[in-house]
Amino acid sequence: MSSTTANRRGAHAAEKRPKQVHSDRVKAERRLGWYLAGPAFIVMLAVTLYPILQAFVESLFSLRLTAPDESQFIWFGNYITILTDVVWWRDLGVTLLITVITVAVELVLGFALALVMHKALKSVRGLLRTAILVPYGIITVVSAYAWFYAFDINSGYINSWFGWLPFISEDTNWFAGTWTALFVIMASEIWKTTPFISLLLLAGLAQVPGELTEAAEVDGATWWERMRRVIIPNMKAAIMVAVLFRALDAFRIFDNVFIMTNGEYGTEVLSLLAYRTSITRLEIGLGSAISVLLFICVLLIAFIAIKLFKVDLSGNTGDK
Amino acid sequence: MSKQLNRGDRPRPRRSPQFKATLGSLALTATLLTGCAAEAESPTLTWYINPDDGGQAELAKRCTEAANGQYRIETSLLPRDAAAQREQLARRLAAGDSSLDIMSIDPPFIPELSVFLEPVPDDVAERTTRNTLDGALAGAMWQDELVTVPFWANTQILWYRESVAEAAGLDMSQPVTWDQIMEAAANQDKELGVQGAPAESMTVWVNGLIESAGGRILRNPGAPADELELGLTSDAGREAARIIGTIGDKGLGGPGLATSTENDSLTQFQTDAGSFMVNYPFVWPAMNAAVEAGTLDQSVLEDTGWAVWPRVHADRPAAPPLGGINLGVGANSDHPELAFDAIECIVQPEHQTYYFLTNGNPPSNSQAYEDPRIEDQFPMADTIRKSLELAAPRPQTEYYNEISTGIQQEWSPPGGVEPDTTPAQTQEFILAVLRGEKLL
Repeated sequence: MSSTTANRRGAHAAEKRPKQVHSDRVKAERRLGWYLAGPAFIVMLAVTLYPILQAFVESLFSLRLTAPDESQFIWFGNYITILTDVVWWRDLGVTLLITVITVAVELVLGFALALVMHKALKSVRGLLRTAILVPYGIITVVSAYAWFYAFDINSGYINSWFGWLPFISEDTNWFAGTWTALFVIMASEIWKTTPFISLLLLAGLAQVPGELTEAAEVDGATWWERMRRVIIPNMKAAIMVAVLFRALDAFRIFDNVFIMTNGEYGTEVLSLLAYRTSITRLEIGLGSAISVLLFICVLLIAFIAIKLFKVDLSGNTGDK
Repeated sequence: MSKQLNRGDRPRPRRSPQFKATLGSLALTATLLTGCAAEAESPTLTWYINPDDGGQAELAKRCTEAANGQYRIETSLLPRDAAAQREQLARRLAAGDSSLDIMSIDPPFIPELSVFLEPVPDDVAERTTRNTLDGALAGAMWQDELVTVPFWANTQILWYRESVAEAAGLDMSQPVTWDQIMEAAANQDKELGVQGAPAESMTVWVNGLIESAGGRILRNPGAPADELELGLTSDAGREAARIIGTIGDKGLGGPGLATSTENDSLTQFQTDAGSFMVNYPFVWPAMNAAVEAGTLDQSVLEDTGWAVWPRVHADRPAAPPLGGINLGVGANSDHPELAFDAIECIVQPEHQTYYFLTNGNPPSNSQAYEDPRIEDQFPMADTIRKSLELAAPRPQTEYYNEISTGIQQEWSPPGGVEPDTTPAQTQEFILAVLRGEKLL
């Protein structure tokens, strides 16, 4: 990162004074930057770039782990199989649905929680923040099991507690239907990760200058007007970063679906499809192709967010 | 090492800390090597076991003692789920892991893993299968060869509430059919204990029904993926679909049928809605333990009876599901001969008896049933033994996972199963997956 900053500075300088020669100090700083960031950069290449490249190469083969001798180079055959199969598009639809609904609900709830934390009295602020953060501190697999057992038709208590609601009865089998199962999966996901989004929004809320809201108040702006015209526009960067982070995270959802339904009854998501193809079916070629496509989808989301919605990732950290 | 010491004796003051470190690590390596050399006299065999109540660990201990220092057996635990056990074994075997000396393997996964297994020597095969029950032996074979040694064999039997059978007028001393128990459950307003979840238990049920009706899911075991012929659309396949579809459609399996596994069936059987249930023998120790713990009324236990799996056709014996564990030796094991020695010790009849009595897993060897303690503790042992003689393995192929998952996806929930369409759709889907044209 230091080298990037140095390069940027260098580039600005070059525009103004084309023939500028770097001083020894700048050179030494650059060198130090590389010394500091270099090892991490190499490790990153080793643990991310290498597996990605290997996955891409393997995605061009028809390769089964238990029959390595029958491996065959088939160009983009695996990609054609995947993209012409309704399973891929159905799973993509389910994944996008979970992403959109959970992120939208989390944003609203997270914002409300952030406001509560921001406005809370100093004496209860610490306690409140801890209480709100508890779900986020629970391991996803554990929370998934907790939700599963609560809704399970044999061991769950939800059916008997909420039996008075018109759409719930003793015989409601939540995990046997697509929509009911997705409801539980999304509810669990929202419960678990809303604290994360509320923390990011709290940081954004704290950055809104107090003078602006006070001035608006003096001018007679209502609470809603202050929110809409002062607070939200001033924390747009924080909101966009929160949405981007959560969207990327939600798109890769795995644990909740794996534990609760294992993707059955139309609840399969893309990560689970990749897992089942690579790990369960041991079809390394086909599974790698799914993983590569999943990676491209994630890149696409990040690209859309950063380029089209102009999310400024550095703005939030003050590294401008 | 002495050469290194001499080099180090030369005066090199600036490097002395490094030299000390090198010297230290060399000394440590030497110590470790000496330790290893001492232990090398009795090699350690690793036995990858499925989770149980400690029976396999105890057998490992007993056989280590019996080996008189020739080898030591250490156990290493596999995941609880059978499919996850297969995944771990397949990945380790494919990577050439030499620690896979002995493995506890579920029979349906044997064909797929057989390429990585050490062939069973003829003399070992002869000695270990002398009194093996037919069903258990069939599950240990692949392409007419014994590739694993049968250890314990599991099978489903029909558990029933005597009061319900009596009220329905069923003579349980005679074989009963699926239609009879379905009618009895409907008339008595009770629920059937069957496994309708999209899990391995669904394939077990479908295979049991098709085999009992005289058909086979896979017609040409051992054929390459694109040449496999399935028998799901046969009369037997349609009959299986009719039974499963009717149970689902009429709600005979209760509201939880679509997600019901073996444990859920047991829970349901213990309630007032319980009537007939197809399930494994673990049910008996589990119910006894529940009575002891005070969570189940003694009267339920006293009202429980058992019989061989229901027939599909009244004039044709049932072919109940077969499960269990066989023992295999990894082809990359450093001590295959010792591993087979150890296996011979593990599977001997008295050990199988011990394992049944303490862990509730039925022996694959008929001789092991002769111990009088078995009849005391498992009054249904004779039914289990008969069932194991009739039992039929699930499709034996390297592509078992594709076939099984395809069935699970198409036959769940049971309410949606139609005899005219489901078998044909399943067959078409599985064959397309095997040809690499579809995702699973």
